[in-house]
Amino acid sequence: MTTELFEQPESRVRRLKGVVIRFAGDSGDGMQLTGDRFGAQAAEAGNDVATLPDFPAEIRAPAGTVGGVSSYQLHVADHDITTPGDQPDVLVAMNPAALKATLKDLRPGGVLIVDSGAFNVRSLEKAGYDSDPLTDGSLGNYIVHAVDLTGLAVGATDGLGLKRKDAARTKNMFALGLVSWMFNQGTDSTVAYLEKRFAKKPPEILAGNLAALKAGVNYGDTTEAFAVSYEVKPAALPPGTYRHMRGNKAIAFGLVAAAHQAGMPLFLGAYPITPATDVLHELSKLTSHDVRHFQAEDEIAAIGAAIGGSFAGMLGVTVTSGPGMALKSEAIGLAISLELPLVIVNVQRGGPSTGLPTKTEQSDLLQALYGRHGEAPLPVLAAQSPADCFDAAFEAAQIALERRTPVILLSDSYIANGSEPWKVPAVEELPELGIEFATAPNAVGKDGKPAFHPYARDPRTLARPLAIPGTPGLEHRIGGLEKADGSGELSHDADNHDLMVRTRQNKVDGVKVPKLEVDDPSGAPGFGARVLVVGWGSTYGPIGAACRLVRDQGLAIAQAHLRYLNPLPANLAAVLSSYDTVLVPEMNLGQLSGLLRMQCGVETVGYTQTRGLPFRAVELAAVFTRLVHGADLGDTEITSEDIKAAGGASTLGISELGRSELGSDSEAGK
Amino acid sequence: MTSSDAVGKQLTAKDFSTGQDARWCPGCGDHAILNGMRNLLPTLGIPRENFVVVSGIGCSSRLPYYLETYGIHSIHGRAPSIATGISINRPDLSVWVMTGDGDSLSIGGNHLIHALRRNVNLKIVMFNNQIYGLTKGQFSPATKPGTVTPSSPFGSLDHSFNPAALALGAEATFLARTVDTDRKHMLEILAAAHAHDGSALVEIRQNCPTFNVAPRDEAAASATEPTAADGPIRLEAGQPILFGADSQWAILRDPETGDLKFGRSTEKGIVIHDPRSTSPTYAYALARIADTHPELAPIGVYRAVERPSFDKQYQERLTTARAGGRGDLQELLTGEDSWTVPAGRA
Repeated sequence: MTTELFEQPESRVRRLKGVVIRFAGDSGDGMQLTGDRFGAQAAEAGNDVATLPDFPAEIRAPAGTVGGVSSYQLHVADHDITTPGDQPDVLVAMNPAALKATLKDLRPGGVLIVDSGAFNVRSLEKAGYDSDPLTDGSLGNYIVHAVDLTGLAVGATDGLGLKRKDAARTKNMFALGLVSWMFNQGTDSTVAYLEKRFAKKPPEILAGNLAALKAGVNYGDTTEAFAVSYEVKPAALPPGTYRHMRGNKAIAFGLVAAAHQAGMPLFLGAYPITPATDVLHELSKLTSHDVRHFQAEDEIAAIGAAIGGSFAGMLGVTVTSGPGMALKSEAIGLAISLELPLVIVNVQRGGPSTGLPTKTEQSDLLQALYGRHGEAPLPVLAAQSPADCFDAAFEAAQIALERRTPVILLSDSYIANGSEPWKVPAVEELPELGIEFATAPNAVGKDGKPAFHPYARDPRTLARPLAIPGTPGLEHRIGGLEKADGSGELSHDADNHDLMVRTRQNKVDGVKVPKLEVDDPSGAPGFGARVLVVGWGSTYGPIGAACRLVRDQGLAIAQAHLRYLNPLPANLAAVLSSYDTVLVPEMNLGQLSGLLRMQCGVETVGYTQTRGLPFRAVELAAVFTRLVHGADLGDTEITSEDIKAAGGASTLGISELGRSELGSDSEAGK
Repeated sequence: MTSSDAVGKQLTAKDFSTGQDARWCPGCGDHAILNGMRNLLPTLGIPRENFVVVSGIGCSSRLPYYLETYGIHSIHGRAPSIATGISINRPDLSVWVMTGDGDSLSIGGNHLIHALRRNVNLKIVMFNNQIYGLTKGQFSPATKPGTVTPSSPFGSLDHSFNPAALALGAEATFLARTVDTDRKHMLEILAAAHAHDGSALVEIRQNCPTFNVAPRDEAAASATEPTAADGPIRLEAGQPILFGADSQWAILRDPETGDLKFGRSTEKGIVIHDPRSTSPTYAYALARIADTHPELAPIGVYRAVERPSFDKQYQERLTTARAGGRGDLQELLTGEDSWTVPAGRA
């Protein structure tokens, strides 16, 4: 590879297009905080950032074991990026277990920073090492910086009155300081953050963390060990106000914005479940924005309360994950029958049953579409990235309010915990979503007196009128038993049931879904690429990155991404049939793929994976390349040769860094 | 538009009728309870449109269809959760839950205990006929052990729940029991439940004329003790608990153990009924009488104590946590850590 990416080859500061960094440590080492802060610093500096937190399902797995490793990967770039990166260019390993668990991901030639202070006989044994990797030569393919992070952090906090244990805990701030220096990143915002976070703790805790952070920066600056530092210039993002945003927070904000635009209080009924709980946490803080929340005794009560809230005139919301969805399914059926607005968020995780609570999967698609008793249609949407969660949640609420129907919004663990810069919308540009509640009778009763028919319909949307309790003269009863069209009286009439089933279906089918757009620089559908990749949800980033890699090779490939899973875009079948090959990569065993075959009558090729982790872009690129060349995916494994052919081991600038550039300190065990 | 044509005049039971025929068996106590509700609601001084009645599934849960108020006929056992969502958000509403022993003690057991624990301002009316009626006669959690039903042809093995004891275990602040055959008593009890600030559980003992005629008139347990003819025991606040045709029986407190026992009204240690007793132990001992002497099971208000309702605290929290009205949405979305990318930068 060339060196043209480096603007100032003579300088100690090297410019990179982008870099992938992973912090890995014990689950008590504060790696999530460290990674989150590094991402926030980079985002505030104007970089594009995408992140991938990964942590064990246990609160505290046995310390020092491979099973207890918690990590946080970030991709920081000077251009628009869509994934947290396939392979780290820089790995910070806080102990032998973290090294053991994550080294296989580090790009050959990548930079490895290890806390040498945590490498002792006992911790090596715990991690399952027969010999010390820092001295046995096994790290020869990497640029290794063995730094006593713990010892230096303890030293930096000396005299501040910290207990030894608390002093050692500041090692993550020392690491953050060091890596911040390495990438020429200011730590001001982290200082401000720490001041806020530790405001209520004994003052020495804040002082210790600040001292360790500063010491990390100074260590990088003064020690001879680091010959070069790096810089990632700001990305050319569209003008506007940005902030660093996580998916779950964006969902909360999208829902709050929708309630605000509807002029209704938001009422959340929820029960804690990973990885959806953060939405509950976010919303529970927002009482000052007319958000009410109720932590129920179980998932069923959570949605029950939300349904009650909707009946009472709130925007009812419930958030959960797969197993919780299963429990809610009867109540979702009730909400469909009641025809009340309700937003149901499912932040998907690995299944079935308890499955992989902290890992990602997108295997609840068919559950969302069909997992209920009877003909129970409802709109289903999926968010595609952390920042997109805002728009997706807003749209879900918009549809729910307009059509008086429950709506399912699918997210997943990957985008829920991941973060990226989010362009803050201007509130005055958001659409108004207000419901006009009924205030007067809309029919004449059998007795000739004015009456309220709760199932009379707006012919345009098929939405029924909503009269909230407290409205005089519009008293009415609704329930799960079949009702007569219009009057809403109980009805077991055969033809009426058939009519109501079809009407509820038509109501959902009538949701206005934008036409599916195809991204293909080589031409419009039918005139450009011959291979179309169709995705939904969080695979948007990896598929997009893989398409770029394929296009960088001069090959044509088209990408289309589905926001609406029900109803599907009207032009979907036409779009799909204008390609020779339709590939559907999914983090399940082919749920969308099968759906497209059934709904659109087209042949699809599935590429599926359920590893609890997002797709790697290079792997997808290898698959895409093979298909573009007309090969069959067949049974042959995608090999490293395929991956190399599809764009190399890394997409990023730092892959140009050679061992020599970091000088002689790279030798392990020094 | 105001309350139909009832503007300015006192509403009557008729105004609370939806005109639909109640589909219950002839002789079912549900008719009496419906009638009681229709007669009670107009007397409570609340506009008709501010009543919401939520039910689950079962014979009892058909009631909202026949009561001209706002209502939801929901899903099995879940009425308390739906009613909670309504009640805590709308303090202007009077929210009632209509449920049966099968609905609320079995599939809905979890929601019932948590509504009582939180003290949500719900008036929960439990129709207890100790059987599943709508699904045709299977044993319920309140059915006596050994009962032969279609699903227990050799007699049920289940130990039965005592609804009053269960509710006290969940720290219910108001608990009362009445019978469907005593219209006056039922109305008094329902009115007392309404007046209580917080969750109120009213157990109405009734027969199922089709599947279970026993509960209301059990045979005597023993000749040396009070018999069925002496029951039920009537509880009145501040009064000694005497019963029997000539008030010849009394409930006494054993000075050794504090337990309650039956005795002659001439004996010492007659209990003065105090539903405001802060310890639930006394009410629990009263509730347990139904286990050994179902025919005597006391009716009246067992317990009525004050504890801040969940609704009130929830509304207070909304006010106190909302400094200066509705927050600025733009400020929230923008946050404190945002940055600006100027136009033209690349």
